[in-house]
Amino acid sequence: MTTGPRLREKAQVLDDAALDRALTRIAHEILERNDGAKNLALVGLRTRGVTLAQRLAGRLLAIDGTTVPVGTLDITLYRDDLDMRGAPVVRGTDIPFSIKSKTVVLVDDVLFTGRTIRAALDALIDLGRPNMIQLAILIDRGHRELPIRPDFVGKNLPTSRRESVAVRLREHDGEDRVVIEEPEEA
Amino acid sequence: MGWTRKDLLAMRELDAAEILLLIDTAATLQEIASREIKKVPALRGKTIVNLFYENSTRTRTSFEIAGKWLSADVVNFSAGGSSASKGESFIDTAKNIAAMSPDVVVVRHSSAGAAALLARSLPCSIVNAGDGGHEHPTQALLDLLTIREHKGSFEGLSVAIVGDIAHSRVARSNIHGMRKLGMTVTVAGPPTLIPPFVQDLGVKVAYRLEDAIRDVDVIMMLRLQHERMTAGLIPSLREYSRYWGLTLDKLRLQARPDVLIMHPGPVNRGIELSPEVADGPYSVILDQVTKGVAVRMAVLFLLAGSKGGQA
Repeated sequence: MTTGPRLREKAQVLDDAALDRALTRIAHEILERNDGAKNLALVGLRTRGVTLAQRLAGRLLAIDGTTVPVGTLDITLYRDDLDMRGAPVVRGTDIPFSIKSKTVVLVDDVLFTGRTIRAALDALIDLGRPNMIQLAILIDRGHRELPIRPDFVGKNLPTSRRESVAVRLREHDGEDRVVIEEPEEA
Repeated sequence: MGWTRKDLLAMRELDAAEILLLIDTAATLQEIASREIKKVPALRGKTIVNLFYENSTRTRTSFEIAGKWLSADVVNFSAGGSSASKGESFIDTAKNIAAMSPDVVVVRHSSAGAAALLARSLPCSIVNAGDGGHEHPTQALLDLLTIREHKGSFEGLSVAIVGDIAHSRVARSNIHGMRKLGMTVTVAGPPTLIPPFVQDLGVKVAYRLEDAIRDVDVIMMLRLQHERMTAGLIPSLREYSRYWGLTLDKLRLQARPDVLIMHPGPVNRGIELSPEVADGPYSVILDQVTKGVAVRMAVLFLLAGSKGGQA
């Protein structure tokens, strides 16, 4: 595995309580926009988008009493930068329900250039024709390179390109926290 | 860990991590076969040439389907209808094809080392789809994937490979792969079809079918080529099938109830396998063919889909 420059933490953006509140608010917004959760499906992008999608499903169940199916999308085969990266690992898509005629909410942790979402839209549409696709994002850090915008945002966070945003989740990292990191001076 | 090789030539040169990366990638790509639209754009704009100097149904079709499901353009070349029949040499034909800038050339040839020769001479990625009696790595990979899907893991499994070991590239590739993944391998066949020094590959040798298949997890039967008889290596097909053919009776007497029966195809029904065994509940022969497409997708994707493959 290639390692870039070492990163150091610059600032904390969300602590665990704020992250929790952001997800609860997104869940409410999803229900409000779609008049409930009846025809909904959540599809998370590997890896942390899947965890966020599962947490959102838990909140939708608590608020609305509806069990919303959760799927996993791997976009490796749809990337537009395969030639520019090292050999990718394909971890697979797992959507054990039909997305046809559903309202699918794509879930990811950070929205940056929009290229991942472009690939995700292609990957999703290859699996069937949803009625509608919406996009839920925990952190929108700007710098879009494509005409893509989120429907539900946890937090808008202006960043510079040299910084990176790390979403840390209990299930993967042992803590719930979002931080901005920047390269250490050489 | 990622893929860094330009070519896939032999199981012998891969390490366990590389073999597992190929198998894991194939396992996830299997999902594409169950889709309504069996196509992903991963290799859009890539060109794959199937350069086949020997007959093949399964392997060539499987590479072609694999390439097409990944959106590559696949071109088939077979020696029969080509300038090879006008006397053009192998390397000249290959260089001419390479001049048309393919990304991957999949080659099958009756000479051992043919794929390695192309890998040295051409800038594109080369996949060995069988070179003489040497190796057939994608067959071994699909066999390994089939075994893992049915048995859960590799460590500690025992396998019997039965038949014409001496002339089998499938046996050789599987022995290398299985040994690296911690499996125990026994080869069995008439002494004339067991190569000398085969123990040096880390396998046991049995000279009776009954000894080989007792208590193993997997039995891999090899195709008997009819020309072995004219070469005097076996007395008759009838005798071979009597001593070395796998029948339901022999299986019930000697083998474990959860044994897997594998065969790389094409099957000589009634010679190495009785029809009841080939079509029976222990047989995973058609499953092997299905897995073949996934394995070839994984190979093409790792070679052509990433920078690592185009070093």
